[in-house]
Amino acid sequence: MPGRLDPEPIARRDFLGLAGLWAAFLAIGGSVVGMLRLPKPRVTPEASSVVRIGKAEDFPPGTSRVMLEHRIRVFSSSEGIAAVSLICTHLGCIVKETADGFSCPCHGSKFALDGKVIKGPAPRALNWLACARAADGTLLVDTSRDVKTGTYYKA
Amino acid sequence: MKQGGFGVFLTNLRELRGNFRSAYRRHGPPTTERARSQTVFNNFFQHIHATRVHPHSLRVTATWGLGVALASLFFILTATGVLLMVYYKPSTALAYDSIKDLHYIVPTGRFIRNIHRWAGHMMVVCVILHMTRVFYTAAYKSPREFNWVMGMCLLVLTFGLSFTGYLLPWDQLAYWAVTIGANIAASPNELIDALGLPPVFRVGTLQKELLLGSSSIGEDALIRFYVLHVFVLPMLVFIVIGAHVWRVRKDGGLARPGGSPTPAGKGVGTMDAVPAGPAEGPTRSFGLMCVVRDKSPAVGVNPDETVPSWPFLMRAELVVFMGVMLLCLIFGLFFDAPLKEPANPMIPENPAKAPWYFLGLQEMVSYSAFVGGILIPSIVVIGLTLIPFLDREEEECGVWFSGAQGRRVTLLSVLVGTVLAVLSVAIPVSFGWLRDWFPDIPQIVIIIFNPGSILTVFYAVYSLIILNKMRSTRMGALALFTCFLVGFAILTYVGTYLRGPNWDFYWSQSQWPIH
Ligand code: HEM
Ligand code: FES
Repeated sequence: MPGRLDPEPIARRDFLGLAGLWAAFLAIGGSVVGMLRLPKPRVTPEASSVVRIGKAEDFPPGTSRVMLEHRIRVFSSSEGIAAVSLICTHLGCIVKETADGFSCPCHGSKFALDGKVIKGPAPRALNWLACARAADGTLLVDTSRDVKTGTYYKA
Repeated sequence: MKQGGFGVFLTNLRELRGNFRSAYRRHGPPTTERARSQTVFNNFFQHIHATRVHPHSLRVTATWGLGVALASLFFILTATGVLLMVYYKPSTALAYDSIKDLHYIVPTGRFIRNIHRWAGHMMVVCVILHMTRVFYTAAYKSPREFNWVMGMCLLVLTFGLSFTGYLLPWDQLAYWAVTIGANIAASPNELIDALGLPPVFRVGTLQKELLLGSSSIGEDALIRFYVLHVFVLPMLVFIVIGAHVWRVRKDGGLARPGGSPTPAGKGVGTMDAVPAGPAEGPTRSFGLMCVVRDKSPAVGVNPDETVPSWPFLMRAELVVFMGVMLLCLIFGLFFDAPLKEPANPMIPENPAKAPWYFLGLQEMVSYSAFVGGILIPSIVVIGLTLIPFLDREEEECGVWFSGAQGRRVTLLSVLVGTVLAVLSVAIPVSFGWLRDWFPDIPQIVIIIFNPGSILTVFYAVYSLIILNKMRSTRMGALALFTCFLVGFAILTYVGTYLRGPNWDFYWSQSQWPIH
């Protein structure tokens, strides 16, 4: 029999106390870990990222139109139609059209017409966006899907 | 005899006032020093004070009252913040108008809003100054290391409070500053793309979504910032302030040099060592003396050196509080908090500037978002937190700059820090940076070599040289901290006053192009 003179390696009460404590910690910890999932929604609440920009006929080769409400510039050439995002790849300001391209008011990035970085801190060229055509013939631009620079859409 | 009856009831009623007072105050009227000390000791709200303090702690130059000023500001911010909450509506459609109402319609609304805004700015200033004074007086040394760490938590929380509050008015200033802030949270992507890792590693996107609850700033972001600003962060600050001030007392009062002279020409005090108690107390039952740590105020201090907290400390606290109040009132009366046009996601402000205390970062961000916005701030915060663990030299605390040698090192470091920081702005402004010379340079090269990262490395190398030459970690710490402060000040100045539209360099605002 273990007793005062011959103690157990870990006293029974200590063991029970520790077990209780650990159970409580685990319960709290488990709940907290479970709740950590909460702040990341499964679906983000924005409006659809696909926007309608008009009929293909509205964009004969050589057009260039800035659509500020969608934060894109749509232009076309003999190769087809393309949409380039106006959101600066540095920290997300909206770039302004200049004589020979775009400039960003926030930290002075400058981009060529095709979106290539010419100057400033922007790490990447402006995104070219995926274009498509809806069943009724309207052109669609998906502002959340980028394609390789120089990919024109043959409408 | 039986108790009760009408007579007893009447007597109780008559004695209500006196009995209530003695129930609330257990020690009789606080008119004697002893009763006052007992009150400080026993009262829940006052026992954050020691009953007696050393006169050194009361000297203006020991603390400049900055810690108490911070606590006062936090109190003022809480009071005015609750009042603002009565009218503020955290939704994108209503937020701007509710602030406008507060400003133009609600009686005293503008005044309260102004005070809240200026007190917030003052708190950021004071938290930096308080850290500076604690650093230069070497008050972070053992046994106060942990209090320094808690202080760093308060520093970060204070910045968090200011930043989350910045979005709430939902004006142009708010919207674009927070757009930039949220994209800085996403900027680890820059490094991941530059290294050519696949998109799954883009942790930046996750961080941004957690902050905004969405991929761009909208309703969800506003609610998140609101909850953080009015509940989560203030609650954390409140708890940490409590623990922080408690530790000041438990670490033996403010750091002070041994043998500080007592006031009024009573000569130099002695620090008679009181015989230490048993090294290890009995384990089963113990008296209070085994719990009290040896550096606690009551032990090892000659009681004649100290003065009672009531009235001396309380008077000092009151003076600081009144001073802070006065400043808030003056600012609140004469300077209006800005409110720009309502947020317009299509047209950024030009220039779009973060709140002033982040403009130094914005200056560095304008080379690489990741380095300037995440890497360097993290290095600075971690570096500052580790100071008391990397500099463990035993020396007298509470001496500004640790004496003459430290003053020399600090002066030299001001010089070196200034020259390097000015160069880090002047060279790119006059000659451009890598991308202007080699247009097709890969981003990873700029991530590694940019004015911010080079400045940081130069500061670190300089401090290591000082550390090694002086054979003292304290001198190394003085060098690095001074460089950091000077660099912060200069870059903040440049970002605030010398950067105009398109983040171009202008000597004065009058040269900004009209647009
Ligand atoms: C919300 C922010 C803060 C509040 C309300 C606060 C409050 C205080 C107060 C009331 C004191 C007493 C002495 C004095 O007035 O200087 C104090 C001391 C101290 N504070 Fe803070 N503090 C804050 C932030 C910080 C920061 C950012 C640091 C450093 C990283 C820091 C580190 C310390 C240390 C180490 C002491 C002990 C100093 C000594 O013993 O001389 N605190 N603080
Ligand atoms: S956001 Fe465009 S340069 Fe910074």
